[in-house]
Amino acid sequence: MKSSVIIFPGSNCDRDMDVALKKFGFKNTMVWHDNQSIPKSDLIVLPGGFSYGDYLRCGSIASKSKIIKSVIDFANSGGLVLGVCNGFQILTETGLLPGILQQNKYLNFICKNIFVKIKDKKNKYFKNIKKDILELHIAHNEGNFFCTEAELKNLEDNNQIALTYCSSNGLEDEINNPNGAIKNIAGIFNKNKNVLGMMPHPERMIDKFLSGEDGSLFFENLLGNLK
Amino acid sequence: MKIKVIVTLKKGVLDPQGKAILQTLNGMGYSNIDEIRQGKFFEISVNEDNEAKAKAQVEDMCKKLLANLVIEDYKII
Repeated sequence: MKSSVIIFPGSNCDRDMDVALKKFGFKNTMVWHDNQSIPKSDLIVLPGGFSYGDYLRCGSIASKSKIIKSVIDFANSGGLVLGVCNGFQILTETGLLPGILQQNKYLNFICKNIFVKIKDKKNKYFKNIKKDILELHIAHNEGNFFCTEAELKNLEDNNQIALTYCSSNGLEDEINNPNGAIKNIAGIFNKNKNVLGMMPHPERMIDKFLSGEDGSLFFENLLGNLK
Repeated sequence: MKIKVIVTLKKGVLDPQGKAILQTLNGMGYSNIDEIRQGKFFEISVNEDNEAKAKAQVEDMCKKLLANLVIEDYKII
């Protein structure tokens, strides 16, 4: 399976993502944002970081970069597009995903392990995954998901909510909501569920000696679903 | 021609920075302030003599990039 990771000026999780994808068997290519086209891929990843220094709004400048038209065309033709952290912010700014990631409720940069509940498994990303709750890592200042009431209703009606922040045993309450996101939302799909945006970093949880292995589960499972 | 744009958060959208500034000002002794909403200000030099045309162009920019209409309103002045 082939993947492409797009690098923007200020991306800083691109190489971690490259390591993770290769570890689980993807043939990955790194693609610079100024390119017009993307090599033939089964998966495109927009990595975490601070593209364009988070100027104007997080992800807004990257969402107008040269490469994005190819990403949008790929997504609209059914291709899998995964945006992690800043990648999620870019996806909302392109309009591929609804809503926006606002500044965290308590104005702090959060960097810690959290638990998320998988809310939908009828998709390529989470189908067949054995666990319902994953321990992943978040590191962001703008992860507070917000959308209009109409958009939220659409997300709920179409089962587009992918992940919610929760406790280790699955309690989705305010105490376990690190950033103030509506309904504890940590990740969402587009309507066809080929585009996934998520704040947590699965690529940071791929080694049991360094962190944890729930990211490994995510990548192994995704690769299995694509084969 | 210079066109100015103010982008602010929509009414009802949480503005944690505005709130922090308000609390600080209150703490400094400015006790008669009830609310602060933080926004962004743009000054755009457009190479165009027709004001209506320039403003229409800036409005397009606001919709496409300068403001995110999910949470922000813009005002062209």
